[in-house]
Amino acid sequence: MSMRLRLFLILVLATGTVWASAVLWTRARTEAHVERVLDTRLSEAARMVASLVADNSIDLEAAAGVVEGGGKETTFATAADYEHRLSCQIWSVEGGLLGQSEGAPDGRLSSSSSGFSTSEVDGQAWRVYTAEDPDLGIRVMVADTMAMRENLVGSIITALVLPAGLVLPALVGLIWISLGQGLAPLDRVARVLSSRSASDLTPLPDEHAASEVQPLIEGLNGLMTRVASARESERTFTAFAAHELKTPLSGLKTQAQVAAMSPDPATKDWALVQIQKAVDRTDRMVRQLLDMAAVEAEVKEADEHPGSIASHLAGVVEDLASLARVKGLALHADLKESCVLQCSRPLLLGIAVRNLLENAFAAAPHGSEVALTMQPVEEGRRCAIRVRDHGPGIPADEVALVTRRFVRGRQAQGTGSGLGLAIVDLAVERLGGRLALGPAEGGGLLAEIVLPCLSGRSGQAMPDLQTSLAS
Amino acid sequence: MRILIVEDDDVLRDGLVAGLSLAGFTSEAVATRAEGEAALEAGGFSGVVLDFMLPDGSGLDLLARLRARGSTLPVLMLTARDRPHDRVAGLDGGADDYLGKPFDLEELAARLRAILRRAEGRADGRISWNGLLLDPAKMEGEIDGEVQTFSPKEFAVLRALLERPGAVLGKSALEERLYGWQEGVESNTVEVHIHRLRAKLRAGFIETVRGAGYRLAPEVLRKIV
Repeated sequence: MSMRLRLFLILVLATGTVWASAVLWTRARTEAHVERVLDTRLSEAARMVASLVADNSIDLEAAAGVVEGGGKETTFATAADYEHRLSCQIWSVEGGLLGQSEGAPDGRLSSSSSGFSTSEVDGQAWRVYTAEDPDLGIRVMVADTMAMRENLVGSIITALVLPAGLVLPALVGLIWISLGQGLAPLDRVARVLSSRSASDLTPLPDEHAASEVQPLIEGLNGLMTRVASARESERTFTAFAAHELKTPLSGLKTQAQVAAMSPDPATKDWALVQIQKAVDRTDRMVRQLLDMAAVEAEVKEADEHPGSIASHLAGVVEDLASLARVKGLALHADLKESCVLQCSRPLLLGIAVRNLLENAFAAAPHGSEVALTMQPVEEGRRCAIRVRDHGPGIPADEVALVTRRFVRGRQAQGTGSGLGLAIVDLAVERLGGRLALGPAEGGGLLAEIVLPCLSGRSGQAMPDLQTSLAS
Repeated sequence: MRILIVEDDDVLRDGLVAGLSLAGFTSEAVATRAEGEAALEAGGFSGVVLDFMLPDGSGLDLLARLRARGSTLPVLMLTARDRPHDRVAGLDGGADDYLGKPFDLEELAARLRAILRRAEGRADGRISWNGLLLDPAKMEGEIDGEVQTFSPKEFAVLRALLERPGAVLGKSALEERLYGWQEGVESNTVEVHIHRLRAKLRAGFIETVRGAGYRLAPEVLRKIV
């Protein structure tokens, strides 16, 4: 249901209810009022007739007739509809009819001896006032018909309802038009939005927007800015990734052509070795791009059970042990200290530590040692994971740059993708931790990740994970 | 023709050295901008193959510095970014040609030959001397109506002698031209290649200057019969 129709129905229903209540209330008030006025007149007329009879100044028949003329002139004299007569009967106390007015019915108007009563005579309902004069032995009854009374009240209500009946449709129309006007700012926003293409992320104009619509427009504009910047960074990343892949591909193609063209078997073999190297490197780059995408997408790891940091790192160390052996490096992993610590996002942690280790492998000179250690800090609320190598390290002025995507350090020898530390930085940020890079004591690079941890299962025995994978 | 290659990716760098040597070029390869600048200071190159993005700066900066020194050395830029505005930046920055990665080795060699030819002020790609019409693209020459093909190393030596005909080139200078092949330069390699060249060319085309090296014999104006 449209907002306009909804509001319209609510308003029409509310207005109708108010009008109906007003009419009912007016009707009740009018009925009470009319009854009181007419009753007073009945009693006055009865007493007047009785006093005329008591004075003996008039015969009974004439006395009864007095009420008819008087009634006609005293009330609603101008309105023909309300023209009516009071009827009067004079009865002896013994029960004989002594006289009656012209318009009075033939039957006795009331059986009650005095005061107000309601009766039905000749098929008509009457309101009767009986005045008793015990001295004269008569009862004077003055009455008017109930039909007349209802007619009177009905006329008043009609006079009230009739104009309302004419005004209500106009009011309904006005409500409908007003709603259209009132909802116009929303309509404008809706029109602007529906006329845009899906890729149009420019902000909506908000200078003339109503104050109620302003938050909506601001919210939409904020959302569109975020979507636009996310899309832009995605586009930049894709473009960068494509360009970065072109260099290893170019190396592959050139070496393949050399292998095809060279008449010299030694040159051919050398080119094939180079091709393998380039394939390995391209493979690593593709894996890093996928890592980056995984970290960026912040994959929910619902199916992965949070385990201890140490056991996750042991898996990473196991994966990389053969690579360390190939490179002639000693990989020392000391994971005993903090085996009680928990980590809630093992995938991100694994990606971060693996990239740190691979970086260390790339930088470390042949035969040197790469160390992975971890220990709880801040009373066990955080865990520090450190990777240390004996490579050239990162110059202080480059530390801030190397975590940017596709930035390679001066010492990097052009073998990396420039993504490793960017991935580590992003993953650690997603884990709520921080990455620090600095010179290690005695040379080389010390990379430290400090992560918040779930509470540890203290006291649980874990296997000793201290390993030393020497070449 | 000695070419300086500045490229940080080691597989590509190695491939460029091997590939250009197959096309008859001698090359020296470095990985960083600083090394490239040092090599250019030392001189002795006929052209440069320059990567756009280097670990310690942009190839464009190196190029700007080279041009600021007034050098007209032919430079071919290699880049992974080959959108039009990158190409414009490269060419306006002083590059003579521009090639996007990944490229074809033969195209690279052809473009190199073209910018070297322009730098030498020749309209024809072929080089003519003393009855020899040498086609660098095919590494073959026509002499006395006979077509001779040369091995890359023979061609490198011949091309070096043809750069400044008549000038004497020492043995070490010629060895330098052969440097860059995977196998080391044997002490007698230059003599071996000169010997093979003499067998393919007319006798007396290459003269030995005792104690100094080799040079091409002066051009003999042939009478029109």
